[in-house]
Amino acid sequence: MIGSFKKSLGISLWFMFLTLPLIVVKVNTLNNTVEWRWANLIWVGLAAFVISGLWQLAVKQQELRRLKFAASGRKVTIKPSLAQRLFDDPVLSRRLLAGAAVLAVAFPWLVSTGQNFYHVNIMVSALIFVVLGLGLNITVGLAGLLDLGYIAFFAVGAYTYALLNSHFGFGFWLCLPLGGLMGMLFGMVLGFPILRLRGDYLAIVTLGFGSITKIVLENWDTVTGGAAGIANIPRPELFSLVLDGREKSVYSYYLILALVVLTIFVTNRLKNSRIGRAWMALREDEIACVAMGVDMARTKLSAYALGAFWAGLVGVIFAAHNSFINPDSFTFMDSAMILAMVVLGGMGSILGVIIAALALKLLPEYLRAFAEYRMLVFGGVMVLMMIFRPQGLISNMRRKYENAALAEEKNNDVR
Amino acid sequence: MTSGSRDKLLEVRGLTMDFGGLRAVDQVNLDIHAGEIVALIGPNGAGKTTFFNCVTGIYTPSSGDVLIHPPAGKSQRINGMKPNRITTLGMARTFQNIRLFPAMTVLENVMIGRHCRTSTNIFGAIWRGEAARREERSTVERSYRLLEKVGLDGLANEFSRNLSYGAQRRLEIARALATDPFLLLLDEPAAGMNPQETHELEALISRIRGEEKVAILLIEHDMKLVMNISDRIYVMEYGKEIATGTPQEIKKNPQVIEAYLGEEAHA
Repeated sequence: MIGSFKKSLGISLWFMFLTLPLIVVKVNTLNNTVEWRWANLIWVGLAAFVISGLWQLAVKQQELRRLKFAASGRKVTIKPSLAQRLFDDPVLSRRLLAGAAVLAVAFPWLVSTGQNFYHVNIMVSALIFVVLGLGLNITVGLAGLLDLGYIAFFAVGAYTYALLNSHFGFGFWLCLPLGGLMGMLFGMVLGFPILRLRGDYLAIVTLGFGSITKIVLENWDTVTGGAAGIANIPRPELFSLVLDGREKSVYSYYLILALVVLTIFVTNRLKNSRIGRAWMALREDEIACVAMGVDMARTKLSAYALGAFWAGLVGVIFAAHNSFINPDSFTFMDSAMILAMVVLGGMGSILGVIIAALALKLLPEYLRAFAEYRMLVFGGVMVLMMIFRPQGLISNMRRKYENAALAEEKNNDVR
Repeated sequence: MTSGSRDKLLEVRGLTMDFGGLRAVDQVNLDIHAGEIVALIGPNGAGKTTFFNCVTGIYTPSSGDVLIHPPAGKSQRINGMKPNRITTLGMARTFQNIRLFPAMTVLENVMIGRHCRTSTNIFGAIWRGEAARREERSTVERSYRLLEKVGLDGLANEFSRNLSYGAQRRLEIARALATDPFLLLLDEPAAGMNPQETHELEALISRIRGEEKVAILLIEHDMKLVMNISDRIYVMEYGKEIATGTPQEIKKNPQVIEAYLGEEAHA
């Protein structure tokens, strides 16, 4: 008791010291005076003391419960997580999936009336980041290859459409696959030199790649339009119909929704295949992976190329939806944000990444009232997540395989 | 004793590995014939694992030749080949400090071993046509059979990190067997096992030799295990090969007794 009291006191003093310059000292530049707000300091100290005390009480309670449990001699049963139980129950998960699909299709009609399509536009930008998150999930989540410059592939896709359209008049539907392929090409270009790198070195090179791309876009005025960007990019066409503003947004929404569905489908298929298993093995232990006969170069390159493919594809939609792009949309902050979605959602988990991407893009939009605290809350959530759920919102699911041959044999025996 | 033919599978000539000024493996020669169980023994730091790493492609040897003569296929020199190429040619290994894929299930670990014997590409995996599904089914089936062999089929859908130490070692063997090797290299398979587990391992290794038609090269410190199952033994000390022969010959070799076995084996 005395021990935890002392500890809380120490923590509160430390917090008072840390926050002193911010909370107590206020310089009034008009009168050239310094205001000392000591009352604030006392509040900070009290709050830190109380929170620390409650925290330690909770930790102690948990310890007591564990001791009691150990003394009772019951066996520890590990309950499967909620997500794992859902995953294992095909009927329930199918029903939930159907519900989500109906909601997603009906969404634009539920939230937009007349000329008000604000919510649809927000959802489009959120879904763009869902695709980006799922793409990066292939590289980082499945294959374990850190990429801090992922937004560069997004930029490649967006500029592919913008440039091909403004110079050669290529349409949206032709540029969509081209953007994906260009992203893939750049993924390979990045992939080759870093085949031998790991961990920190990989992070630095990919960071450099992202920065180089942005700098090239900013300074190669004659081709990319420089910092001013490219304007008047046509929106996606639909059988040469003339659409009004709202209809255009709704159309973009369905387009990106279709792409999200396609990404989920493809990622899911790949994940549960020979290729996906090789990626995961590479993530788990590179040496063991090559010693088991997996071609490291090919596996790494395919992970980079496929991750970049989705970024290129969705880049085209981004350019078409916004009808204006400039290098400011492709900053390191965006790369970090996409990476945060993958880590927060759970490395390799498709559902987790979708939830995290929607949360990280939608919450700031709808909590504009607290915009000033956005980064504060974001940082706090990150720290808490890393302490309590380092594996992410939804951690790696176990896929169970039936022993088909054995089951058949048993059936034959019965007959 | 050796079963049947005396066909050479692996032929190592004058293998040398230098790390800067340190010569970890010095002019080692070693042969393995079809159906043999060969042990490589010696004190810690003698260069046994380095030898393994040179043969399996993790390291590129400084000099010497590593030649393989696969039962089905042409002979070739494999120095400096990538590890995955060597595994594809038919030599699979386990690791001294277990290297499983901890966040993958036991079955998935074995399925990785089938990677180099299957061919579904990215498009095949996305499309999942008849050929891809058939291949996937046979991969699952074969992996289950191998798990049955090492007695882990009941734990197929557990994460491999949750297995006991002895079970993890057996899983490594099953994973290596999944690559259809003609030669299996086991790096201290009994390390950390209790006498009961070691005894079961001994039976398992003998059974594998018979059923899977593989030759086995193992590094091991458990002398009882080594003397019981090996057909021939190579002894290394300070990177050099100091003796070779049958278990009986090795037990009596004064140089080996001094370097490694010690006086009690002598008595």
